[in-house]
Amino acid sequence: MEKLRFEFKGQHVPASNAVVLVGVVGSGNLEVLVEPKPASGACAFDITTSARGFGSIWEAVLRDFHDRHGLADVAVSINDMGATPAVVSLRLDQAAAQLGSTGAKP
Amino acid sequence: MNRSFAESTARERVHYLLDPGSFSEILGPADRVMSPHLAQLGVPASFDDGVVIGRGRLEGRPVLIAAQEGEFMGGGVGEVHGAKLVGLFKLALATRPAAVLILAESGGVRLHEANAGLIAVSEVMRALLDARHAGIPVVMLIGGSNGCFGGMGLVARCADHVVMSDIGRLAMSGPEVIESSHGVEEFDSKDRALVWRTTGGKHRYLLGDCDTLVDDDIVAFRGAATQALGSAHPLSVEALEREHALLAARVDRFGDCTDAVEVWARMGVSDAARVVDLDASALRDLKPVGD
Repeated sequence: MEKLRFEFKGQHVPASNAVVLVGVVGSGNLEVLVEPKPASGACAFDITTSARGFGSIWEAVLRDFHDRHGLADVAVSINDMGATPAVVSLRLDQAAAQLGSTGAKP
Repeated sequence: MNRSFAESTARERVHYLLDPGSFSEILGPADRVMSPHLAQLGVPASFDDGVVIGRGRLEGRPVLIAAQEGEFMGGGVGEVHGAKLVGLFKLALATRPAAVLILAESGGVRLHEANAGLIAVSEVMRALLDARHAGIPVVMLIGGSNGCFGGMGLVARCADHVVMSDIGRLAMSGPEVIESSHGVEEFDSKDRALVWRTTGGKHRYLLGDCDTLVDDDIVAFRGAATQALGSAHPLSVEALEREHALLAARVDRFGDCTDAVEVWARMGVSDAARVVDLDASALRDLKPVGD
């Protein structure tokens, strides 16, 4: 298991203050929890992953996500059970989409 | 629209089972009440420890609800997971909902947490029986592909009502456990048809371990849960002795059968071999009266 932390300066503060959870900590899957972090000006990622030694790949996937969304004042917490980079990207986009929509979803 | 119960996550099941917008979670993921044991073993934990609990409404009536996430550790009951279930039953004693609904999907005790998980399961059983003793009906809804086994299988049979789909499975020992303790000749856990014939919802329904058989559809589970609201079964020594007598009679009647199909035939189910192909409503029509 490894804990990783990344932070990117962003511009886009989400309209809603909602807490969003997507995904499940299952084999090849991950859960992503997005919470407001007011006045930080950044998108902070805290990751706990079952796989060691993939820090540079995580950084690339998260930077790619950040280039697309540029979120600010947000904390993203991840519990990962060996998801592939593609699955991580999809889950992050799913979380961003749910943050953007107003209706409560499971 | 049909929404598969089996293919939904625990959170989706809760969301679509209850009245729209009525669910409010207790100890949600942002509270981070997580397993203290998994991190020590180098295993990622989950923000909700694999179980969603909270309050909601069903056809306007207040209910408490819990849903186990089968994809996280096979729905295994750890210390925190179990404590959340116990807390929900204790809340039921204080608030007297129309029912406590447990959407069970679990392989039983989370082995990583050993004794803490075992103790948790026994505490859940005690808390469930306290709620029943207070006249609050407890309804188990079983339709996840991981089934309901081990300690949670015991918990399920402590409840007032058991609702299952044919995808759901209910037993004490799981197929792999039986195979490794008694040998592959006794039970081949790779034989999926055998496993479902022996532990699946249809068999449980025909035997009477499951009260309501539904199709794999959250709306169907919702309907069955609604039917069970407010109808508690008596929790008494007489009821327990009746159940023990039924179980003893089952061994006498079916003890020499080597396959579930033989059991169904002996019960008087016509053309028993076709049971596996029937949907829930066809099977409900087929169940012999009195069984």
